[in-house]
Amino acid sequence: MKTLKKQGTFSYETSMKRRAFLGYVGATASVVAIAAACKKDGNNGGSNGGIDLGSGDIGILNYAYALEQLEAAFYIQVITTQYSGATSDEISLLTDIRDHEIAHREFFKAALSTSAIPGLEVNFTAIDFSSRDSVLGTAKAFEDLGVSAYNGAGQLLTNPDYLVVAGKIVSVEARHAAYIRDLLSYGSFADSTAVDANGLDLQQPPNAVLMAASPFLTSKLDASHLPTT
Amino acid sequence: MNLQNIFNEIEKTDPEIYERLDDRRSVMHRFKNLGGKLALTAIPVALGGMLSKAYGQTPPSDIIAILNFALTLEYLESGFYNTAVGTSGLIDVSEMASFADIQDDENAHVAFLSTTITSLGGTPVAKPEFDFTAGGAFADVFSNYQTFLAVSQTFEDTGVRAYKGQAGGLISNNGVLTAALQIHSVEARHASHVRRVRRLTGADSSEKPWITGNSTNGIGSAVQASYNGEDNTMQLGIDISTLPGINAAIATESFDEPLDMQAVLDIVGPFIK
Repeated sequence: MKTLKKQGTFSYETSMKRRAFLGYVGATASVVAIAAACKKDGNNGGSNGGIDLGSGDIGILNYAYALEQLEAAFYIQVITTQYSGATSDEISLLTDIRDHEIAHREFFKAALSTSAIPGLEVNFTAIDFSSRDSVLGTAKAFEDLGVSAYNGAGQLLTNPDYLVVAGKIVSVEARHAAYIRDLLSYGSFADSTAVDANGLDLQQPPNAVLMAASPFLTSKLDASHLPTT
Repeated sequence: MNLQNIFNEIEKTDPEIYERLDDRRSVMHRFKNLGGKLALTAIPVALGGMLSKAYGQTPPSDIIAILNFALTLEYLESGFYNTAVGTSGLIDVSEMASFADIQDDENAHVAFLSTTITSLGGTPVAKPEFDFTAGGAFADVFSNYQTFLAVSQTFEDTGVRAYKGQAGGLISNNGVLTAALQIHSVEARHASHVRRVRRLTGADSSEKPWITGNSTNGIGSAVQASYNGEDNTMQLGIDISTLPGINAAIATESFDEPLDMQAVLDIVGPFIK
């Protein structure tokens, strides 16, 4: 019940009802264009009229807040409409992950205070929440994306306190990623799709991360003021 | 990546770049020599190191000290897994591939850090001699699978905390910071898996891939120092346990805590001869 109450603060609840009505079959993920995210020239491009993440450290924290909103909304739905064949062990640990993502989301919301972006609308039409493979495949993608996002964003922060707190979160995301990967394919927790020959994990700049996240967000984000170095 | 282009671009904005370093020929020669030895991903680190040196952004000695600290921990882990994977009958057959992967990662970290330290003009520390029984506290570490798993979990969880504790000290060097973060999250992936193995093998059937409170998950007081402080719930002045819908256990699980260099050295001290 506590999570249902929490959903009320996000417009995502309404959109989930609409999708439940439409059903998942045949639904098409609307691809949200993040103009800035698709540029390849290394800068963030111009404003695209979306929700402005802001600049400097605040911009990076809002970027993290956006990703945590996406992850929290996803796991809330995973637990609300559990896939068939889920074991009690899986539900227990996926519920933990849901709560961790909610904690991250609420932390950023509180830390950013009046600088926080609004609650985002998500678009999960491409996910079949009744299918274990669809749910865990999406979870794996989100967790690996989160790890790559925090790893890539560390160098964009200037306040060491923010850097440490990002570090506190990214290792938890990596724990999630490894667990989900082991559920999908036991022993794949740190395979070559996640860790390179130097033993280094994924890292990506905000533009690449937001482009990967954009199919799951109805809300449009403007990353054009984020720091690039 | 075309290094020539990178230097051409730098030269446009700073014609004196080569005077700040040595001269153009020796710089390119240095990279040419590095090229054979350096993996592609290490080049930005080396480049960042040279530029930091040129512009005096960071006292390189601080960065190198942190990297040598990290290298010491990676020697510990790689030595541990090299022995364990090579000890027949220790690791359950079903987990051999996973621990061989972890072993590979730790050996790669040793090589990567050594190369990075050298590329920054430093000298990698020598590999210490280890006593993986920690003076007898884990006497059967290479003959009892559960003892091995307990030490493995402790090394991985401690490694995560050690890298986290050094992130702030690397903030001035983007290339090194990012690489350190990339190692940090790999250690967390390892920790997650090892904790899962301990759950599945019944060492602690309630153990989770993440750390709850300051629990050692049944390993006991010998490793308590590796978990002390993980029960913190305050982040940037916000008490996570008071956020809507969040209890104290979730508050501690959702944020991993750092350890400073001295705390880590105190923890690994018994394992170093």
